[in-house]
Amino acid sequence: MSHIPISVTVDGTTYDSEVEPRTLLVHWLREDIGRVGTVVGCDTSSCGACTVLLDGQSVKSCSVLAVQADGQSITTIQGLAEGEDNWHPVQTAFKECHGLQCGYCTPGMVLATVDLLGENPTPTEAEIREGLEGNLCRCTGYHNIVKSVQYASDLMSGGAR
Amino acid sequence: MIPVSFDYVRATSVADAVAALVAGGEDAKVLAGGQSLMPVLRLRMAAPTVVIDCSRVTEMQGITDAGDSVVIGAGTTHHEVMNNPLINEHTPLLAMATATVADPAIRHRGTLGGALAHADPAGDLPAVALALDAVMTVVGPQGSRDIPAAELFTDYFTTSMAEDEILVSIRVPKLGPGWGYHYEKFQRTAQGWAIVGVAAAVQRNNGTINQARVGLTNMGPGPVRASSVEQALTNAAATAESVAAAAQSATDGTRATSDLHAAADYREHLARVMTERAVAKAAGI
Ligand SMILES: Cc1cc2nc3c(=O)[nH]c(=O)nc-3n(C[C@H](O)[C@H](O)[C@H](O)COP(=O)(O)OP(=O)(O)OC[C@H]3O[C@@H](n4cnc5c(N)ncnc54)[C@H](O)[C@@H]3O)c2cc1C
Ligand code: FES
Ligand code: FES
Repeated sequence: MSHIPISVTVDGTTYDSEVEPRTLLVHWLREDIGRVGTVVGCDTSSCGACTVLLDGQSVKSCSVLAVQADGQSITTIQGLAEGEDNWHPVQTAFKECHGLQCGYCTPGMVLATVDLLGENPTPTEAEIREGLEGNLCRCTGYHNIVKSVQYASDLMSGGAR
Repeated sequence: MIPVSFDYVRATSVADAVAALVAGGEDAKVLAGGQSLMPVLRLRMAAPTVVIDCSRVTEMQGITDAGDSVVIGAGTTHHEVMNNPLINEHTPLLAMATATVADPAIRHRGTLGGALAHADPAGDLPAVALALDAVMTVVGPQGSRDIPAAELFTDYFTTSMAEDEILVSIRVPKLGPGWGYHYEKFQRTAQGWAIVGVAAAVQRNNGTINQARVGLTNMGPGPVRASSVEQALTNAAATAESVAAAAQSATDGTRATSDLHAAADYREHLARVMTERAVAKAAGI
């Protein structure tokens, strides 16, 4: 099967690549352009570990073909911080509130949270739990993840909560 | 897993997509949001030779007010459906049910047309389309035709669309004033599929229910219209007692099955209880 040219902007850099049509976006991100922060946790589009922002919206990158992202813009966990010492507030909040243990779900959780807070800057606890329902965590019991999102909301809205 | 190898066609128009579908023969697959197809490909439950991506076909996008109905492009995502003012004003039941589908990331990609064409017996939107008498416009090599929801869902994961036809738009009639709506869904886990779902629309006039529409999810190979309940509710008193009595016939005409999630008789019990709740909430009781 022939390869198809794609041009995708990832974390601010545009990559021109040739992919097999069957290549999943997550595999292209990991294997072709080194975005190994985006991980795979399932085969059924259920776990959300692979969540990235595609043109600003959260998507499961295991459930999108790389060819479908042609011409679009992606943010992965590796493009969220402005620099080593300038983390995104959601990253800071997950660290401060211990919103992770093994960390496997964290890249997806963080990006799903960025999307959630973009749509709803001051969510209730129920809205946080619903908003993150597509992201599974086997370690934390979710409690500290909810706290992290609440704290991120505070940080981002200047303590408006 | 990695899907089998296939060729990829990015369709730019409906005509383009139909031509590719005809050329591809029976091993061609339409790709819309991919939220049902991608897991199927990854699990290698399907091995298409060509995948025809319709997600950038502009004729399959957009939501328009057509006077007595709202016309929704098949490629409209669940996220767009939930947040669209026209849909929320004229056919809120669809927005309510769509908000229960999967999770936000899947709703950003998955489409109304894909959910109907996929015809999963546990999918929430077929029952809504059936209850609201939606009409699907499909296009094939012979041209365009309309399929009412009552004739679309023929079996598990099977519709009356031909293999070379594409679902282009969905027309949802407006019900007019005085209607209330509710979608009741029973699921075991967050993000879970419906074990049973009930879509209800009720037109109430003070103390009387004028008429009702009830569609059931996962109570057979396809969505089921609870016609006996609808008849029992026609001109019934808008009371908890009459709704409870009508809901007893929710299982008429259903063919629930047993699976990992629930036994058939449990599903029947759920259908009665949830029909009562959905109708009562839709009627404001
Ligand atoms: C974890 C998970 C949870 C989910 N939970 C729910 C849930 O609770 N309720 C629910 O209703 N759904 C659920 N879904 C399914 C989701 O709603 C899908 O988005 C939807 O079923 C398919 O839409 P799609 O656009 O992604 O279609 P695709 O996956 O692209 O296509 C699905 C099928 O329909 C065909 N098709 C698609 N569009 C057309 C068209 N225009 N014309 C002809 N054929 C077409 C394709 O060839 C394919 O066979 C879930 C999915 C996942 C992965
Ligand atoms: S890897 Fe599990 S949802 Fe993508
Ligand atoms: S921290 Fe281990 S899976 Fe979430």
